[in-house]
Amino acid sequence: MRKRLLINIASALLLARWRQTLVAAVGVTFSITMFITLLSFMSGLNDLLDGLILNRTAHIRIYNDIKPNADQPINRSAAYTKSHNFIGSIKSDANRQAIYNSDAIMKSLQKDPRVLGLSPKLTAQVFFNDGSIDITGSIFGINSTEETKLFHFDDYITSGNSADLNKVSNSIILGKGLADKLLVQIGDGVQITTSKGERFQLKVVGTFQSGIKDFDNVQSYASLNTVQKILSVPNDYITSIQVKLNDIKQAPAVAKEYEKLYQTDAEDIQTANSQFETGSSIRTLISYSVGVTLLIVAGFGIYNILNMMIFEKMDSIAILKATGFSGNDVKNIFIYIAISIGIFGGLIGLLFGFGLSALIDQIPFNTISLPTIKTYPINYNPKFYVIGIVFSFITTYFAGWFPARKASKIDPVVIIRGK
Amino acid sequence: MSTILEAKNINKFFHDPVRIQVIENLNFSINKGEFVSLTGKSGCGKSTLLYVLSTMDTDYDGTVFIDGEEMPKKNEPFLAKIRNEKIGFVFQFHYLLNEFNVLENVMLPGLKLAKYSREEVEHRAMEKLKILGIDHLALKKSNHVSGGEKQRVAIARALINDPHIIMGDEPTGNLDKKNSDIVFDIFKQLADEFNQTLLIVTHDPSFAERTHRIIKMEDGKIIQ
Repeated sequence: MRKRLLINIASALLLARWRQTLVAAVGVTFSITMFITLLSFMSGLNDLLDGLILNRTAHIRIYNDIKPNADQPINRSAAYTKSHNFIGSIKSDANRQAIYNSDAIMKSLQKDPRVLGLSPKLTAQVFFNDGSIDITGSIFGINSTEETKLFHFDDYITSGNSADLNKVSNSIILGKGLADKLLVQIGDGVQITTSKGERFQLKVVGTFQSGIKDFDNVQSYASLNTVQKILSVPNDYITSIQVKLNDIKQAPAVAKEYEKLYQTDAEDIQTANSQFETGSSIRTLISYSVGVTLLIVAGFGIYNILNMMIFEKMDSIAILKATGFSGNDVKNIFIYIAISIGIFGGLIGLLFGFGLSALIDQIPFNTISLPTIKTYPINYNPKFYVIGIVFSFITTYFAGWFPARKASKIDPVVIIRGK
Repeated sequence: MSTILEAKNINKFFHDPVRIQVIENLNFSINKGEFVSLTGKSGCGKSTLLYVLSTMDTDYDGTVFIDGEEMPKKNEPFLAKIRNEKIGFVFQFHYLLNEFNVLENVMLPGLKLAKYSREEVEHRAMEKLKILGIDHLALKKSNHVSGGEKQRVAIARALINDPHIIMGDEPTGNLDKKNSDIVFDIFKQLADEFNQTLLIVTHDPSFAERTHRIIKMEDGKIIQ
């Protein structure tokens, strides 16, 4: 009852000054609109850029690195265990690059509940023969079904079909740059020479464009079996296992665990691509600070308008207090005014923000390096909308709080005597 | 006869720009049903005394009792409640809220008290307006009625919660002779017919003469 009365008085004061109220609300609407649009756009862009690398990169890569053995003979000699040994001209191990016991490792990985999926990979360094010219390149042997499921392989295929890698024997998908150099199209054959001098004829079933041109100039994909044939190695020969986890944040810890468990090297995505994390967090920070600045400016607008209203309504405040409204009641009236401006302006702002982002989402955006992107990227994360409305609530509350406190302290005697 | 308002040893100083004593050791009481006028020359402290008695001014020494209850000086929400429930105010200026119509203006203190439902408060407000002969203005915006009518609306507002006492600070000060007489007659009627206690500050001798009792002040003291 009491609250309803205060709200009634607040709305009467609001409606009596509806033009000023509207201006204040438009300020909030504008800032929330920009806040939502900016964050949606910025975060869409972030996702796009991160996706360029992160989507295609395994959370953990299990492989055998080429490096010197940590367990050198001198360390085993009893006489030198306590000394610090310097060894010169040390050479890397003649370890083979394949992962030992890869079948067993993959089976055990698949049972791990933290693992979303995995995809084996095998790399072969080859020369593509184009008449008298040899172009250096590499062929990745992949399981195209898994690769598509986990790493969006299909998104980068610009012509042809990734499934054909499994259907057509001795088939290959070339990078766009490489295909252009070799002047081949789907259905054509390419000849390759392995590092051991063996020659193979492969059939082109598609081209891909990764968005990173250097990749596209040297890389190509074939099925795991095809690459194993090229290298003339057995069926369980793979050089790396790409693991995707359910939670990317666990990657560093899990990578360490696998390193110990499987006696191989394991690299997590955070270590391999730390620069992306930094870039996107800074972009996010900038968009948040711009958005919050806009809101604070709108808050000052509300502060001004309320101050003016209190100055105009001095008499009304005095009589309300004289007839039994306490300072707190008066304060609440003005806080209600501020908050209703904030909520009303904020909600409209959310709608406009959604509309503006949807509009930006329709603007064509074509770049050669990003074949799957046709329009500007927008992230419609509900989180931004929640933050937007909460922020507008908080800023208008504080913008209202200071003038309201001033109003609550007005001494009715001073005003009544002043007449 | 019960005492409605009692003042004991009231002293009040103004501090700015220099310390001046405005009210000097003042004692008096008002009984139920009395129609009292407080008169004196300009600057004698009569309005200041009224604001002390009304609980709006708490910067004084001494004690004020309303309905036998001592008024604390620090408890602002409690004093607001006392003003709402037990005191009705009529000022020189009407102080109606332009955002509301006449009826709503009268209802506001009643709604604040929340002793009755909204419908009942509305009904009571209409009754008060009828007593004052302005019920036909009930739905007009408060800035669309004449000055004399506004003052009568303000009186209706003061009456809405059936206060123990009505305090007036020059309620006829801004009105012409005709409207002053109307307002006086209303006060008189309230005192005689409804046994309403009234304390009215005025410097109009003809107004004061017609009340039950005159308290005359000079230099912060009661001289009669």
